Amino acid sequence: MPGAIYAEGLVKTFGDVRALDGVDFDVPEGTVLGLLGPNGAGKTTAVRVLTTLLQPDSGNAVVAGIDVLKHPNEVRRHIGLSGQFAAVDEYLTGRENLQMVGQLYQMKSRDAKLRAAELLDRFNLADAADRPTKTYSGGMRRRLDLAAALVVKPPVMFMDEPTTGLDPRNRQVMWEVIQDLVAGGTTLLLTTQYLEEADQLAHDICVIDHGKVIARGTSDQLKAQTGGERVEVVVHERERLAEAEGVLRGFGKGDTKTEDHTRRITVPVDGGAKLLAEVIRDLDARGIEIDDIGLRRPTLDDVFLSLTGHEAEVAAPEEEAK
Amino acid sequence: MAVIDAKPTTTLAPRSGGGVMQSVRDSLVIAKRNLIRMTRIPEMIIFGLIQPIMFVVLFTYVFGGSMKVGGSTDPNTYKEFLMAGIFAQTVTFATAGAGAGIADDMNKGLIDRFRSLPMSRGAVLTGRTLADLVQTMLTVVVLAVVALIVGWRVHEGIPKMLGAFGLLLLLGYAFSWIGALIGLSVRTPEAATSGGLIWLFPVTFISNAFADTTNMTPWLRHIAEWNPFSATVQACRQLFGNPGVSQSSAWPMQHAVWASLLWSVLILVVFRTLAVRKYRSATA
Repeated sequence: MPGAIYAEGLVKTFGDVRALDGVDFDVPEGTVLGLLGPNGAGKTTAVRVLTTLLQPDSGNAVVAGIDVLKHPNEVRRHIGLSGQFAAVDEYLTGRENLQMVGQLYQMKSRDAKLRAAELLDRFNLADAADRPTKTYSGGMRRRLDLAAALVVKPPVMFMDEPTTGLDPRNRQVMWEVIQDLVAGGTTLLLTTQYLEEADQLAHDICVIDHGKVIARGTSDQLKAQTGGERVEVVVHERERLAEAEGVLRGFGKGDTKTEDHTRRITVPVDGGAKLLAEVIRDLDARGIEIDDIGLRRPTLDDVFLSLTGHEAEVAAPEEEAK
Repeated sequence: MAVIDAKPTTTLAPRSGGGVMQSVRDSLVIAKRNLIRMTRIPEMIIFGLIQPIMFVVLFTYVFGGSMKVGGSTDPNTYKEFLMAGIFAQTVTFATAGAGAGIADDMNKGLIDRFRSLPMSRGAVLTGRTLADLVQTMLTVVVLAVVALIVGWRVHEGIPKMLGAFGLLLLLGYAFSWIGALIGLSVRTPEAATSGGLIWLFPVTFISNAFADTTNMTPWLRHIAEWNPFSATVQACRQLFGNPGVSQSSAWPMQHAVWASLLWSVLILVVFRTLAVRKYRSATA
């Protein structure tokens, strides 16, 4: 039996661009799938197909047990969509926005009103409930947008880059909200450009590029493939670069990479902060001055580099085909 | 922040009945939303009022003295002649607002949100055009008051006057669907505003609205006489009892009330169909 979100062989082309080129996935009920990929990889297109906004050229999709292509309106009753643009009416108050969405989900006015008040409370928006959302901060608007997606307590949620453009504090708040949601049993499909975010929130991750799934697995599995953490050092004097490289090779568990012009050396490691301290002590003991040193976690670029041999390309915006 | 609610395997969204009742309800929800917006952006309403008032004042005092209507050069005759044209132009210029509003909703991702909801497919556009109709009514009332002040009068009684206003509002409503289609077809609200206005200049000027068509070259006169816009203007002049009713033998000029109704209904049906179809596949 397919999971709460099921996609099979989804293809969608826009002119010459194959935005989706045979995408499959199956998200078991109550779990989170992270769709990870750069701009233009096809993440948004996949979400748009699954939320009935876009007809695929071919393929099948089933959401909450309902065929998306055959019964789109029935699917709409069971899903909540929260996009990257915080789609709320800026001249309406938070309360008016949520009531409107409730009514358009066909709830009775009274029920929509009660539900709006409940959500405003839970998302810490009660104080701002009767102000036009134009006056809200970016983080507040995102929370309202998410609240709007939750009006009917949908069993299946889609979130398209929920934290893009948010500052770190608001990103953290958003993550907590999403984690609570999932703890409540909601099935979630989440797109993101950040490995860290997928790591925090998703049970399973699909890496997609040029409309194809190029890797899938848990975040640990993907990281193992990518080589985990690395130490990055910027040496003060170019003359000491070779010597420093030798030191780092001793600590690393793979090949070092040296950029001559930036005097930067990178080496994959295993051992985290403790190891970093040892590296610093060793370099210091040899009198090698450093401008910068840090422990870097694998980024989306690193994942891409190891999976495809090329860096994540940022495609032209129209290729994202929203 | 606990957000956990009930068992998430259930949805609170009731199974909808679908059909006409749902369309009406959804449209009213959206209309209410747009009316609330209007009250929060009062400058939009004010600018919408200033423009036609300016037209009345400019046309009556600048052109009034030198325009001939049916052989009369009396400025008061032109004043009465002019008003039907200004009314008709005002209701059609409201079109640009619908277009800009819908393009703005597309840009902000609101259309995506609406399209992901189990709501009637035509309701977003119907609600918007209904809200615009309310604004147009308000504008027409204010404009009528200003017109009365500068000396415009109706001579055929109140029922016919109301009939004329009915035709004007129907024309304006039909045209707002053209605006809706433009709004769905362009990328930015700015483009929708200018794109929604430019075509209105030839439509409203190649007509009987501001000048007597008998003075136009024949090919232009034919266009003017068959222009849907002219039919409404002609019908209003008849129903208001204002001077300058065209004596042309063209069918729409002879049967202006019917022509106005037919044109408006035709525009409404065609452009509503096109706009709703466009909405179904709309992508921001």
